[in-house]
Amino acid sequence: MLLPAPGFPVPFHGGVLSLIWEGIKKAAELLWTLDPEVLGITLFSLKVSILATGVSLAIGGATGMALALARFPGRRLVISLVNTGMGLPPVVVGLFVTILLWRNGPLGFLDILYTPSAIILAQTVIATPIIAGISLAAIQQLPPDLRLQILSLGASRWQTVLWLAREARLPLMAAVMAGFGGVISEVGASIMVGGNIKGSTRVLTTATVMETGKGNFDTAIALSLILMVLMFAVNGALTHIQQRDRPR
Amino acid sequence: MSAPVLEARGLTVRRGGVQVLEIPALELLPGTVLALIGPNGSGKTTLLKTLASLQDPAAGVLSFQGRPLDSRPAREAYRQRVTMVFQEPLLFDTTVAHNLEAGLKLHGIAAPQRARRVLAVARQFGIEALLGRQARKLSGGEAQRTSLARAFALEPEILFLDEPFSKLDPPTREALLADLGAALRQTATTAVLATHDRMEALQLADRLAVMHQGRIKQIGTGTEVVNQPVDEFVAEFVGMETLLPGVVTASGLGLCQVSVGGRTVEAVGSAGLGEAVLLGVRPENVTLATHAESGSSARNSFPGTVTRIAPRGPYFKVELDCGFWISAFVTPHSLEELALAPGRQVVATFKATAVHLILRK
Repeated sequence: MLLPAPGFPVPFHGGVLSLIWEGIKKAAELLWTLDPEVLGITLFSLKVSILATGVSLAIGGATGMALALARFPGRRLVISLVNTGMGLPPVVVGLFVTILLWRNGPLGFLDILYTPSAIILAQTVIATPIIAGISLAAIQQLPPDLRLQILSLGASRWQTVLWLAREARLPLMAAVMAGFGGVISEVGASIMVGGNIKGSTRVLTTATVMETGKGNFDTAIALSLILMVLMFAVNGALTHIQQRDRPR
Repeated sequence: MSAPVLEARGLTVRRGGVQVLEIPALELLPGTVLALIGPNGSGKTTLLKTLASLQDPAAGVLSFQGRPLDSRPAREAYRQRVTMVFQEPLLFDTTVAHNLEAGLKLHGIAAPQRARRVLAVARQFGIEALLGRQARKLSGGEAQRTSLARAFALEPEILFLDEPFSKLDPPTREALLADLGAALRQTATTAVLATHDRMEALQLADRLAVMHQGRIKQIGTGTEVVNQPVDEFVAEFVGMETLLPGVVTASGLGLCQVSVGGRTVEAVGSAGLGEAVLLGVRPENVTLATHAESGSSARNSFPGTVTRIAPRGPYFKVELDCGFWISAFVTPHSLEELALAPGRQVVATFKATAVHLILRK
């Protein structure tokens, strides 16, 4: 618990507007004073989601590039699976990762359920298809002959892949941000595999759920504001990239 | 004659189970420019990509300087020595200077030498002032110039060009065509140019290969292909504007008489009596007059009616009905002098040597 719970139903005394106002004031205070607990949760959320996005970029980026450039039997099926995976409900991921990590589950020997590692694993499962799908589209939107042009300038196969990725760097960045936005804001998987343990697996979203449940709306609003500022920054950058003028 | 720098034998390319290219044999001589001409979909681009080893043939062998390109390392080494310019400039999203440098980097050339070469090709193609500009902000002509310069920077042993001018407006195209011609001559680069523009081909190439449905119909010098087309398709494509179907009524002493729409046309050549032939007459070889000229060496003179007049570059193309259809190019001056207009009666004259005899299959 972040602060002593005010006596129920205190938050409703001044009506909804004053409730929100109180929340904003509280949030400003928590942020202004760099409340160690809020700061800790924020940094932990960032750390977990950045790590998960990084792993997803390695797996999803490679998968997307391979799907865009290679031709193999079953390619279309894999693309459909990736596209479906882009909308995986976090609770479903949370459920299956929990089952996998359960003490006598197939990955039970790892003994990471209710640890930050479990959250990173679950978030990686969520973000990988998102990044793979957008990377695939990013490479496919390049002119089809660009690959041959790079080859004909004397590139080896790996150099060709690298140079194509560089040409698609803006949409690839968008893929990373979409993946990050997807995992920093999800709550279902984090709460199921992490357990919202104070000082260990509590992230912005799970803390918001908990504080709201306890009636600590001001704290919940503060946490939500932080999350929204993060999301706004990510989406702002995304929009900037998408709307960048590209006369051709 | 020197040995071919590139040689293709029994090349076939299949796409979706359908054969799209069949080239039994093709040789590229060092320092020469070969133009592949043909309509869209005739296989020019496919042949270029295959020759540039950017696409694997279903069958056949490609040999560079006498050595077959039969392994991946051999093909990768080959691709370091040749390059291709596409219809789209396909520039990288960076500055012009970095674009010119791109291939040199891939070739592992050291920075000081790269800078020297970039400057040299930028000068050659008149894009020095653009070096610091972002490639995506260039006009179409500037972009294609950059793309050509990027290829020349590599000093390729063979340069493949896939319709590099087809998306440019005429003045831009003319200027770039002239610069490319100069660059090819100066560097004596061996090149293969795909184009559907026969003027472009005649201007740049030593030899022309006319393509149709994935095959080379005819290959030869510009003069050979234009003046002695092997069949109807080549004749039509290279600009033999008038094609008259007829039947041979007399033949001998290297001269034929052919009945065309009830008239008799004389042509140089030999064909069997009663054989069906096509007569090709280029419009620039047809002269028009108000009266039949006496004492002319031309054997073919036909009165006819003007049916249509259309501007064609600096000339006018006049179509006539002489019992058969024929067209002639006239200058604006002659147009006025002869008071040509639809309905006007004139006499069309052309020499028997100007008639190209094609046997019909």
